[in-house]
Amino acid sequence: MTRVLLRLVLAGALPVLLVVVWWVASAGSTDVYWPPLRTILTAFPDVWMPERLRADVLPSVWRLAAGYALAAVAGVALGTVIGSHRRVRAVCEPVLEFLRAVPPPVLVPVIMLFAGIGDTMKVAVIASGCVWPVLLNTVEGVRAVDQVMAEAARSYGITGAARLRSLVLPSASPQIFAGLRQALSIGIILMVISEMFAASNGLGFTIVQFQRGFAIPDMWTGILLLGTLGVVLSLLFRLVERRMLGWYHGLRDAARRSP
Amino acid sequence: MRGTNAALGVAGLAGFLAPAEAAPRLGLVDEEYVPPASRIAVALGEEAGDPAFWTALGDTLTGWALGLAIASCAGVVLGVVLSVVPYLRQATASTIEFLRPIPSVALIPLAVLLYGSELRSVLLLVVYASFWQVLIQVLYGVQDVDPVAEETARSYGLGTWARIRYVLWPTALPYVMTGVRLAAAVALILAITAELVIGAPGLGQRIGVAQTSQAVPEMYALIVVTGLLGLVINVGARAVERRALAWHQSVRGEVAV
Repeated sequence: MTRVLLRLVLAGALPVLLVVVWWVASAGSTDVYWPPLRTILTAFPDVWMPERLRADVLPSVWRLAAGYALAAVAGVALGTVIGSHRRVRAVCEPVLEFLRAVPPPVLVPVIMLFAGIGDTMKVAVIASGCVWPVLLNTVEGVRAVDQVMAEAARSYGITGAARLRSLVLPSASPQIFAGLRQALSIGIILMVISEMFAASNGLGFTIVQFQRGFAIPDMWTGILLLGTLGVVLSLLFRLVERRMLGWYHGLRDAARRSP
Repeated sequence: MRGTNAALGVAGLAGFLAPAEAAPRLGLVDEEYVPPASRIAVALGEEAGDPAFWTALGDTLTGWALGLAIASCAGVVLGVVLSVVPYLRQATASTIEFLRPIPSVALIPLAVLLYGSELRSVLLLVVYASFWQVLIQVLYGVQDVDPVAEETARSYGLGTWARIRYVLWPTALPYVMTGVRLAAAVALILAITAELVIGAPGLGQRIGVAQTSQAVPEMYALIVVTGLLGLVINVGARAVERRALAWHQSVRGEVAV
């Protein structure tokens, strides 16, 4: 009971402190760019009414989900193939390195030429940026499969799908999840950027509209909403990760407990 | 083995470039949208002869390097401190989880208002974005410390500093390296994005100008330059990584066979 309480206090103390400091420090602010926190919070419900949430936030989230899912599937699949075959890796590496090195936002104008300014363009931009951390981490994870276990699997004649399912993917999964986590934040960045370029709805579009119209408190509410969205997605991610990597954390805990 | 690898790599590159040259020439894709690779190469040559291009490259690199250096130092120091001091990791977890996912591009409007299109605008975005890459990797890496090694070090009476140096750091180093490498890429993305969106001087700004003036081959040439720049950065980071991790499984396996 006390441990749960302690954890709650530890999790809550710093955010509360920071919010209080922000509230107090900005309370008498007359600076146009740093409005008092009270003003921002009062503006929040007026700006983000249900209609606006449905019209601007839902499409953004949908595009992000589609692009991210595409990138995750493609990244893990390609990464496993590239990571487990030395020759494939040698052939693909220069091209992949180059494609990965191109900053995804500069592809927005290019993808716009082909896909117009609709949802397809935004999903393509998000997927093309998110795929690299997943791919890179999968390759690294697959390469770092324990040599002894790999030899053991070989001598037991475990090959193909069984080897993939019971040796390679589990062993690489902590790395893959690290990649997925990074891809999530890159995905949100690209979601916003693609909407800043050419869009008629979406979070990024709305925030830039506020800034151009010098509606500074409204702009701040947008930033706060993006933060909240990020936190919610991050919590969801953690739930999934805990489920999928339960065995891994369990193993660590067991090793920690045993003398 | 090294020669074969290089040959395979060149083959892969040729297999990528050949369709990029042939498809527009054969009319499979619109030449207006995708100029043939050779046309892009010509535009690239023209860019290289323009002093303004080199100034832009210098501006981009300055923003990138300064931002990455600040973010890496801060990320590593803070990451180690957070995981070594009891309760600090738990106390900051929720705050980190809140701040980290705020996309740095959401700060673009704020950066524009505060600093206009100066270097400081770019730095604000670059540092904010790449800092989390390093920090999260450091935290992941520290979590991966082998409990047996940790307990052993403790029972041998190693102090905090020695445990960081001999147990924690070697375990976390591969993660830190991956983090810095990813941060280097993210820093470049953000530097160029900031230039593209805000209009701070640099390669991104030139891409924006080429785009609005319908100079499609020049736009592609500049995109290729950003790719090459990223490539150089990544190869450099990888060389450093290989040096620092010569003892680690993933690198060792490569050398042995």
